[in-house]
Amino acid sequence: MSMQLKKLPFGAEEIIKFAEKRKEPKWFTDTRLKGLGLAEELPLPKPEKTRIADWNFTNFSYQIGSSVVSQLNELPESIQNLMKNGEEAANVLIHVNSSAVYSQLSKELTDQGVIYTDLATAVREHSDLLANYYFKTTSIGKHQLTAMNAALVNGGTFLYIPKNVVIEQPIQAVYYQDAPSSGLVAHTVVVAEQSSSVTFVESYLSDSSVGEGAANLVNEVIVGENAQVKYGAVDEFTDQIVTYVSRQAEVAKDGRIQWALGQMNDGNTLSENATNLEGDGAAADIKAVSIGSGTQKQNFDNYVRHVGKATQSQLLVRAAQKDASNSIFNARTKIEHGASGADGEQTQRVLMLSDDARGDANPILLIDEYDVIAGHAASVGRVDPDQLYYLMSRGIKQELAEKLIVEGFLAPIVDLLPIEGVRRQLTTLIERKVG
Amino acid sequence: MTVPELKINDLRVSVEGKSIVKGFDLNMKGGEIHALMGPNGTGKSTVASALMGHPKYEVTSGQAHLDGQNLFDMAVDERARAGMFLAMQYPSEVSGVSNADFLRTAINGRRGEGNEIPLMKFIKTMDKKMQLLEMDQSFAERYVNEGFSGGEKKRNEILQLMMLEPKFAILDEIDSGLDIDALKWVAKGVNSMRSENFGCLIITHYQRLLNYIKPDFVHIMMNGQIVKTGGPELALQLEKEGYDGMKTELGITDDEKTVEA
Repeated sequence: MSMQLKKLPFGAEEIIKFAEKRKEPKWFTDTRLKGLGLAEELPLPKPEKTRIADWNFTNFSYQIGSSVVSQLNELPESIQNLMKNGEEAANVLIHVNSSAVYSQLSKELTDQGVIYTDLATAVREHSDLLANYYFKTTSIGKHQLTAMNAALVNGGTFLYIPKNVVIEQPIQAVYYQDAPSSGLVAHTVVVAEQSSSVTFVESYLSDSSVGEGAANLVNEVIVGENAQVKYGAVDEFTDQIVTYVSRQAEVAKDGRIQWALGQMNDGNTLSENATNLEGDGAAADIKAVSIGSGTQKQNFDNYVRHVGKATQSQLLVRAAQKDASNSIFNARTKIEHGASGADGEQTQRVLMLSDDARGDANPILLIDEYDVIAGHAASVGRVDPDQLYYLMSRGIKQELAEKLIVEGFLAPIVDLLPIEGVRRQLTTLIERKVG
Repeated sequence: MTVPELKINDLRVSVEGKSIVKGFDLNMKGGEIHALMGPNGTGKSTVASALMGHPKYEVTSGQAHLDGQNLFDMAVDERARAGMFLAMQYPSEVSGVSNADFLRTAINGRRGEGNEIPLMKFIKTMDKKMQLLEMDQSFAERYVNEGFSGGEKKRNEILQLMMLEPKFAILDEIDSGLDIDALKWVAKGVNSMRSENFGCLIITHYQRLLNYIKPDFVHIMMNGQIVKTGGPELALQLEKEGYDGMKTELGITDDEKTVEA
């Protein structure tokens, strides 16, 4: 059977020109062309129970850009709100329409060898280092969307923490889109070398002026031996932006990753979150919240793979479904043969707030080893009438009581985000989406 | 301000089609403390839940008026804002919502938009009341009833009562599962509310609580209605003779079926 593929609206010549303009090294342009070739051959991913064939992943303009600003107050207010408290803006990188417009990294961190820069700069200035990690945790040829990320990448971030460097202050990245029909194709690489420690928080926002657009995000995290990475994210794209987001981590011996994801897009979203616990004693804590609203369709796949011995994972997904939204939540825990002493737990809870909404939580455990602990819980339900009665019996109106319950239900992830401005972003988003 | 009044006439309540309260009459005024006693399954808690408006309880006939307003025409939150309060036997846990946020939302709900309680005033008031109930400061930031022991939940109910200052409160077996210290704290909280603007109905099995909160009236409920009313001495008599003694005295036989409610 032959597969009919849509002709892609971009070609090799155009991509080579784009790469030349950005003064990219040969290996990087080659990766783009390899991506282009694969994007023409490969099909879209096939997420379970969500039909994505008619989603616009390909029609957008990727050759956009913005000029650098020297002061934060020249930026749109929605960006400034994310970092109102002075000291938190210490280590920050801000991208507008895919290009870096403002960046700051404390001297202390630079002196310790920390690299924090946008991908375009990293490609030029840290080419060899970046090449070691680029597309290491996921493959270009996974499906059409990863291939497209390689071919068209126009944004992204590179964060490198050398061995033994422990960073207390969070490092922040902000992406903001407002150019009509623009597409953000970003690739982020975070590398935490042995015994280092870092907290990284990214926010994605867009203005309604984008109209129909796309976001294709591939984020890779490499957690070295005994290193610790806390990775927070808030996604907030407007309703006509189609998002593919892939967040992948590979964790070495005794390394640890914590994901805190606020997945609050208003548009159709396909999300893949995967953590590979390669080394013995590696651990992952994954927490994700989302709210479905309007007529948006979303598919969230959260995957943990236990390879090393005594690896541990905890996965908590909480979601609320409003209006006529439709979301599928897959949680997959795979324990490989040889991963003795592994412990993988997953919980998914979906709160249905409307008769027209759909939500589906699928727990999947795949276990190839005897000496392990694994558990799962999944539920889809409505607001507990007893809770509602209790709050109302204290004089709180029904709508407000429901809002309190839903916000409380989603609170565990908000509390994990280490930057106040981003916490506020997520809280405000939850309030807006629930209210 | 006139003294508040709660009038309940010939109240009949069913749960899942089963008739439980069968003609309950009670008049209460501000300043009065009433105790409602009776064996398990006679419908005491059902009266409480029906007055507050729990969706599971169906009022099949009868009236309840708070200062002339018909309670049964109002939604649960409206009844609360009109001045009703029920300290529940099994209060719900609400994850992710702090006690302080919950209480402030409830207080502001009563006060209405534009008349919200100033934050500092709220914090001070809450601190003071928590001290009186011997509650640790951390309770303010803990999620509503989540991980609370039985005794902590009961004290939290009384804290809400004190913060919300209703016209009438029903305490549904507030003493069950409480040790003697907690019982005293709860009593202290309720006694601190005493005024002619506040009336209280205490539902209990035991006389013990009434040593600490002196009732003006004691009502005995059996088979879905009040069968005897008296002063505090009635509770003492009950303690001595037990419900069986009381039944014999009143010539009451059990219904064929009694229902846990």
